[in-house]
Amino acid sequence: MHHADLRELHRLMLVARRLDEEAIALQRQGVLPAYAPAKGQEAAQVGSAAALDLARDFAFPGYRDLGAAVAMGVDLVAYLATHLNIWHGGLYDPRASRLAPFNAVVGGPVTHAVGWAMGATLDDTGGAAITYFGDGASSQGDVHEAMNFAGVYRLPVVFFCQNNGWAISVPTGRQVAGGSVAARAAGYGIEGVRVDGNDVTAVFEATRTALDRAREGGGPTVIEAMTFRMGPHSTSDDPGRYRTLEEEQSWRDRDPLVRAAARLTAGEVAAAEDHATEVVREVREGLLALEAPPAEELFSFVYREPTKALLEQQRTWKESLDA
Amino acid sequence: MPELSLQQALNLALRHACEDDDRVLVFGQDVGTLGGVFRVTDGLRDKFGEHRVFDTPLAESAIMGMAVGLAMHGFRPVPEIQFDGFSYPAIDQIVNQVARMHYRSRGVLTMPITLRLPSFGGIRAPEHHGESLEALFAHVPGLKVVSPSSPREGYHLLRQAIADPDPVVFLEPKSRYWHRESFDPTGDAELMPPGTSRVVRDGRHATLVAWGAMVARCLQVADLAAEDGVDLEVVDLRWLKPIDADGLAASVARTRRAVVVHEAPLTAGLGAEVSTLITERCFDDLRAPVQRVTGFDVPYPSGALEDEYLPSADRILTAVQTTLEYRRG
Repeated sequence: MHHADLRELHRLMLVARRLDEEAIALQRQGVLPAYAPAKGQEAAQVGSAAALDLARDFAFPGYRDLGAAVAMGVDLVAYLATHLNIWHGGLYDPRASRLAPFNAVVGGPVTHAVGWAMGATLDDTGGAAITYFGDGASSQGDVHEAMNFAGVYRLPVVFFCQNNGWAISVPTGRQVAGGSVAARAAGYGIEGVRVDGNDVTAVFEATRTALDRAREGGGPTVIEAMTFRMGPHSTSDDPGRYRTLEEEQSWRDRDPLVRAAARLTAGEVAAAEDHATEVVREVREGLLALEAPPAEELFSFVYREPTKALLEQQRTWKESLDA
Repeated sequence: MPELSLQQALNLALRHACEDDDRVLVFGQDVGTLGGVFRVTDGLRDKFGEHRVFDTPLAESAIMGMAVGLAMHGFRPVPEIQFDGFSYPAIDQIVNQVARMHYRSRGVLTMPITLRLPSFGGIRAPEHHGESLEALFAHVPGLKVVSPSSPREGYHLLRQAIADPDPVVFLEPKSRYWHRESFDPTGDAELMPPGTSRVVRDGRHATLVAWGAMVARCLQVADLAAEDGVDLEVVDLRWLKPIDADGLAASVARTRRAVVVHEAPLTAGLGAEVSTLITERCFDDLRAPVQRVTGFDVPYPSGALEDEYLPSADRILTAVQTTLEYRRG
């Protein structure tokens, strides 16, 4: 997408929203062991990921970036397979989809994006990296090391912080000194911008601008998208213990989907709902049909070629099955 | 045949690796202009340019995270962390990222990363500049671990590590950087297929197993023992993961006695793994329990106490005597 297409952005956000709701339902039904809800962050995720050029860019997600996967056209059954505990990192092909394997170390992939961006510079392929992290992750050393590194080398990387107000139970005020992640960019000599993370076209434009600057040799950008996680941190936590209903209500009034839908016709919204319903049905069927990988795969993929010791362990394991 | 120090042999290996494959990148703190604090990367930036050989900010975790991203982009990163004790800040990237990305991506993303790590003690270095981390790294699925004992081994093992499609932690024994040896860098690679150990001295009465700088010490011990008519075999393990269990077993099956020597602390050190492998494979051949001579379970001491900490010739000889004199109770 080269220019913000609100109808398409809304369509993608709606898929992310409905799929998120479905994932929570599946968790409650005992299908998914656990899930990290993204409700409320669809504009930040879809708006930023839709701005990528999938022929040359690459994205490095955390574990709450379903909307980015939707916008990038990743196989969603394969993506959600991580939450189904089928395979760490999911079953999708990261190279083909341009989305790195899903990673639960929140600051870790931020450094990978910097390395990838340096690779793009060395290769002169014109690609840019985007990395997703939250206000909580921004407290981690890796994020600082990565930003400093990218600033020193002026690498084509977009540090996309979704500031959703809460790092599990700790509010941004107790997480980020100074209250702003974007302001930190100045300390690394890089651009820092804050954007309304619930306005999908604003997010798209900010990301597009940052990606263009990165490609033109203008260096990295920190984008801090101000948004809100409307649900719990995970399916096993209780936001009632740490935040008020008033706060949640005030953000419900700024729901990114409602805001986008208000600028579309009733017919466009209805068509998007039908599309989302269909996608959710397909993904649900796909997930329910997924089977555990063959048990032998426990030993696969550790090395390019298995070591002798690993083959011996596999043989011992097999013998224990046959016994 | 040129006479090279270990430091020069490693430098030559990096040169040849860079010449053979333009995807090889050398980076780390001070590896460029300075040529590394041990000069292992000396002259590489001038020869290959600052796009292939570059200095990084002082950020160990980011250095390893960068390596992950560069590998994902198709490069063969050869990062250096300046001293062993400073790899601790990068452990998350090494263990949770470098070692697992191939597994996590079901084999789609390869991590042909060689982490060069000046390692071990023996040079009276300040705190954090002399650690023995082989057991820590060898314990991590997805990593391979290598340590050379001489210039010849250093050259070939580093070429193998860089050519390996998986991440290799390459532990360079600092105390051996200046040891010199004549060898043919192009001619004797067949002496050391990847994943193999090497009998560096034949003997009949017991096998000494070591790696890194302790190989040289064990060879000294073998000379001393020979004066008393004791004929010791010395095995250089070389690959600390995967361990060449077959090679080890073959030696111990011949000598029937084994002493494992390492610089790292005793408890849960790699000596425990080596002696278990020997016991599993050679129980009926063994004439005595496998002995271990190691560092102690203390933080690495200051230079003044270093000689007390490191396995000395006397301690190794005592262990040899114990194994030779062992009688079943």
